[in-house]
Amino acid sequence: MRLIIVAGPPSVGKTSVIVRTAAVLGQGGPRVGVLKFDALATDDDTVYRAAGLPVVAGLSGSLCPDHFFVSNIDDGLAWGKGQGFDFLIAESAGLCNRCSPHLHGVLGVCVVDALSGVHTPRKIGPMLRLADVVVITKGDIVSQAEREVFAYNVRLANPRAAVLFFNGITGQGAGDLAFHARLAQPQDSLEGRRLRFSMPSAVCPYCVGETTVGREHQRGAVRKMSFETPAGESA
Amino acid sequence: MIDRVLDLGVAEIAGRHPSLAGFLAGLGAWDDDPEQPFAGWLAAVEDARLFDMGMERAQVTAHVGALLRQVTQWQNAPAPVIHALCVRGGRDKAGRPETLDLILRPGDVVCLVGPTGAGKSRLLADIECLAQGDTPSGRHVLVNGAPPDPALRFASPRTLIAQVSQTMSFVVDLGVGAFITMHAECRMVPDVEARVREVIACANALAGEPFTPETALTQLSGGQSRALMIADTALLSASPVVLIDEIENAGIDRQKALDLLVARDKIVLISTHDPLLALLGGRRLVIQQGAVAAVIETSERERTCLAALAQVDQGLMGLRERLRHGGRIEALPAWPAPP
Repeated sequence: MRLIIVAGPPSVGKTSVIVRTAAVLGQGGPRVGVLKFDALATDDDTVYRAAGLPVVAGLSGSLCPDHFFVSNIDDGLAWGKGQGFDFLIAESAGLCNRCSPHLHGVLGVCVVDALSGVHTPRKIGPMLRLADVVVITKGDIVSQAEREVFAYNVRLANPRAAVLFFNGITGQGAGDLAFHARLAQPQDSLEGRRLRFSMPSAVCPYCVGETTVGREHQRGAVRKMSFETPAGESA
Repeated sequence: MIDRVLDLGVAEIAGRHPSLAGFLAGLGAWDDDPEQPFAGWLAAVEDARLFDMGMERAQVTAHVGALLRQVTQWQNAPAPVIHALCVRGGRDKAGRPETLDLILRPGDVVCLVGPTGAGKSRLLADIECLAQGDTPSGRHVLVNGAPPDPALRFASPRTLIAQVSQTMSFVVDLGVGAFITMHAECRMVPDVEARVREVIACANALAGEPFTPETALTQLSGGQSRALMIADTALLSASPVVLIDEIENAGIDRQKALDLLVARDKIVLISTHDPLLALLGGRRLVIQQGAVAAVIETSERERTCLAALAQVDQGLMGLRERLRHGGRIEALPAWPAPP
């Protein structure tokens, strides 16, 4: 079974990209399943079921969604193998741009949205920079020039990745992404596999339920901003 | 090559390789000491700082190396040259074979006509992805007489088709000049400033109401946006094929817009039902039931009609101007007699 991990900021169209690509991958018999990770709520499992794709959805609730992802991906892989899938596509929640669910040896896809502005590729961290394929959605509603500048900035941020445009409404681009998915390595187990980049540390009182603002409640990994008086203004 | 580059000072690297400048600035290497060799900076910087950037030491070196290779490749790669794009028929929505052997050459203007859902977008999508019998239509697209090799087909991102359509807009929060400069820089054209001036002048010649390099992109009118998109596509886009979708109401000079694209040796495909635009093309593809049902060459008689239609269009434009300036329409211009 081939595993594909799809990450990306919220509302970029990850689910449409997956549904369209799964339709191409499933042509002629291969079985495709989906593993959906989300934070608080998700309706995407119904979208996948409506598209005829077997799906398991997991909600991280009060836990960090990306930590939740790493803790569950190996069990998800075992589920997919048990179901007899040929392809398992894991969709991560993708909340903060700092986290990255990409694993060494597993095809990592990052979905970004051309509407989000030409500078965005630079602001997304390892999730985009360490992906194998970067999918750009919503390119059909911005100008050609912005599409080109956006794609250029994606390639500066990640010179190794394949970059492709995807129209989630028409499915244009699904053939290209399916081409890359078919080249993904078959996976037996993820035991011992490494993340391409470590996830941010989360060991302050607020991680474990503290709700009060104030210096005396800030312990553990705390970092303070420095606030200087802007030049040219008197204090 | 990478070792030599890493031993240079940070400022010098940025100067020689502008595409690396943003990355170096993002790392903070520039602020620390622009003169220090980058390799030395990287060896000395604290792990915690690199971690905050979301990179490990080895990943930084690998990234710089990959970036340099990529940029060198862009600079040396010749722009895709297409002498002929051939579309071989597949099948229609009922599975019946499509008789089609269409050859498109640089400078061709071809219009696509057919009701909504007939399959115009499918045809354009087939060309865009260089279909090899693997799309719903089963069509094959040959580049310069042969099937494209997979490296070109899945090259990223493919830049065969540039699009200008009524539903596209500029969303970036920049002035026209600043943004076109950014586009010119990423196309790595030699004289950026001159090219930007040319694009803006061209766009102003297409649109009725002029704008300046300082005008914000998001404040352009519909006509100005379309004009800028066409001028930019003609003068700055690498794509050999340009697809124009429903620009009949955009308020730009359609003849001039086409002339501009044809002069740059683009293959122009226009999805339209505007008679003026349709007759400006050399051929029309009639699309029905997911297949090209007929290819119509624009006839001499049609060209004569086009001349008359252009006059009617001029007349209507004059009436619009009159309205714009607060005038009344109590007399009509002389309409041409049917040819």
